[in-house]
Amino acid sequence: MSPQTLFDKLWDSHVVSSLGDGVDLLYIDRIFLHERTGSIALKGLQEKKRPLRHPENVFCTIDHIVDTLPGRGDETLMTGGKDFIQSTRASARDAGITFFDIGDTEQGIVHVISPEQAIVLPGLTVICPDSHTCTQGAFGALAFGVGSTEAEHAMATGCLRLEKPKTLQISFEGQLSEGVTAKDMILYLIGKYSAAGGSGYSVEFCGDAVSALDMEARMTLCNMAVEFGAFTGMVAPDEKTSAYLEGRPYAPKGADWTRALCDWQDLESDEKANFDKKIAIDAANISPMITWGTSPGQAMALDGLVPDSVKMSDPHAQQAAEKALAYMNIHPDRPLSGLAIDGAFIGSCTNSRLSDLRRAGEILKGRKVAEGVRAICVPGSSAVKRQAEAEGLDRVFTDAGFEWRESGCSMCFYAGGESFGLEQRVVTSTNRNFESRQGPRVRSHLASPETVAASAIMGHIASPKEVKDGAL
Amino acid sequence: MEPFKKITAVGVPLLRINVDTDCIIPSREMKKVSKVGLGEGLFAGWRYKDTSGREPDPDFILNDDRYSDAQILLSGVNFGCGSSREHAVWALVEYGFKAILAPSFGGIFYNNCTRNGLLPIILAEEDIALLAGWVAENPQENRLVIDLVRQIVSGPEVVAFHFDISPQDKDMLLNGFDMIDVTLQRENEITAFEQQDRRIWANLGETQLIS
Repeated sequence: MSPQTLFDKLWDSHVVSSLGDGVDLLYIDRIFLHERTGSIALKGLQEKKRPLRHPENVFCTIDHIVDTLPGRGDETLMTGGKDFIQSTRASARDAGITFFDIGDTEQGIVHVISPEQAIVLPGLTVICPDSHTCTQGAFGALAFGVGSTEAEHAMATGCLRLEKPKTLQISFEGQLSEGVTAKDMILYLIGKYSAAGGSGYSVEFCGDAVSALDMEARMTLCNMAVEFGAFTGMVAPDEKTSAYLEGRPYAPKGADWTRALCDWQDLESDEKANFDKKIAIDAANISPMITWGTSPGQAMALDGLVPDSVKMSDPHAQQAAEKALAYMNIHPDRPLSGLAIDGAFIGSCTNSRLSDLRRAGEILKGRKVAEGVRAICVPGSSAVKRQAEAEGLDRVFTDAGFEWRESGCSMCFYAGGESFGLEQRVVTSTNRNFESRQGPRVRSHLASPETVAASAIMGHIASPKEVKDGAL
Repeated sequence: MEPFKKITAVGVPLLRINVDTDCIIPSREMKKVSKVGLGEGLFAGWRYKDTSGREPDPDFILNDDRYSDAQILLSGVNFGCGSSREHAVWALVEYGFKAILAPSFGGIFYNNCTRNGLLPIILAEEDIALLAGWVAENPQENRLVIDLVRQIVSGPEVVAFHFDISPQDKDMLLNGFDMIDVTLQRENEITAFEQQDRRIWANLGETQLIS
């Protein structure tokens, strides 16, 4: 057999039938839903009286609209949010799927809890009507976001009709410098190759710097593959992958586990596998990153200068940069570092896991958030929150002046409930710096959790190094 | 869904790159568990003067009377990137759009379009610029013609551009198929796949949870 990429292996092993003209009917192993877009998919099936083919393969959580303030329930700060929650709950029960409700120990952000529960496994196809489903590619699964109609299709038929994307290998070679994280890697990539750089491709991340990442960091890396325009991102499974999954609730057990480990051995790109495109990046060239504009592609080194739109060769990029500079109220050829901030947010499917909170906690320990800065930490799942509290991290955050929340997507986006104030500047560990994403005309700067923590302490955009070196 | 064959309609140029689905419909405009009632929220952040109100911002092109009744949107690379929210497509359709022309699209958005009768057309940036320039001269007169059967975008005074679309998507749009019904006809193949699947570890039906 000719050498294959990891993606080819995952794809080919799920082809139910070839429909011609490059379209395959692909088997879908796991479907995850949430109240924002899953509710409408379940409702769509019910309206047409279509049964689910395999309810046991379908999971649903409440993460997007639910409040994250202590003592929360079905009532939400977002007008009408309660209907989403209650409709989802009712539909989920009618459909007979596994439902993680508000207050359940398993509840949390879909892409945090799916791995926690070992619902995602290497070699599986996983979909969710949520663009950040690519996060779960970190486990060597073919995991990708779809629309609500496609989620209905997968629930009703067990399959999706898909055109095979091209393959792109992105190799981060060598070692990352001290203090550089997976978030910086992905922002560097998107900054260099644009928010459409991965358009039409399924990305495999590899190289020594990727192998060296722990599972949570690999999730951060894959999470923003969609921000690169890619169909999905993935990392070949290794010992870290199986060590992470073993013993978790939905992981195979006993002889099944042994068999799974054996099957997963083959889940890597063959040595001479042919990728449609390859990109190699020297990991040593990456430094802590931050976005300056309103697209994740508008990213720069934290210690660099805001680019000058006039110097951009592409007229569309130039025009987009001009709009972004005006929206963000920043000036070309000046540093971002030192710019006063109003808000700091640590959370989201990108950076809300225990390791993220620990690293941010290292910076916050014994320090105080600057006056006038609203700082919020939202653990990615109820389990992350419990674990963090067990090791006293919640106190580190609250002593510093951070709000400590219940788990959910929270202020990663503004759905009509909570938001930062008009035109406020926020440093955020999330994935999207789009216009008004975190509130009307809010100016969002994407960065790692440690950069968010450092900026919260300093009251301006700052690197962790600045905090550690300074007297604060 | 409504079949798409051929339209002659007003085009409106929104020549920005990376128009994300948060811009197409902000999350705050997705107020109900529903596929309808979303047209008003289309481009809300750009279309209205402030977040809570509905006073049109005259600087936004959709509020320009010359483009009233536009059914074709012309835009830049990576249109529909970002969130998977199908509400972006439902909002565009409800507003009256039938086709979007862009050099590239967000992948999830592209599939959401074809599943809802909205035709996404990939054309080279310079071709879109040419069409946009011609349309802008006199939007109501210089109407674009989109012929899905022949895969051509044209206007009486501009050259015709051929566009590519996969046969599956073309078929689905031309006939207004509900793909679930089409796929369910392959029941035997799906069952056969399940029966020969040897990944016993992947089967949740027989798995008991570790408590």
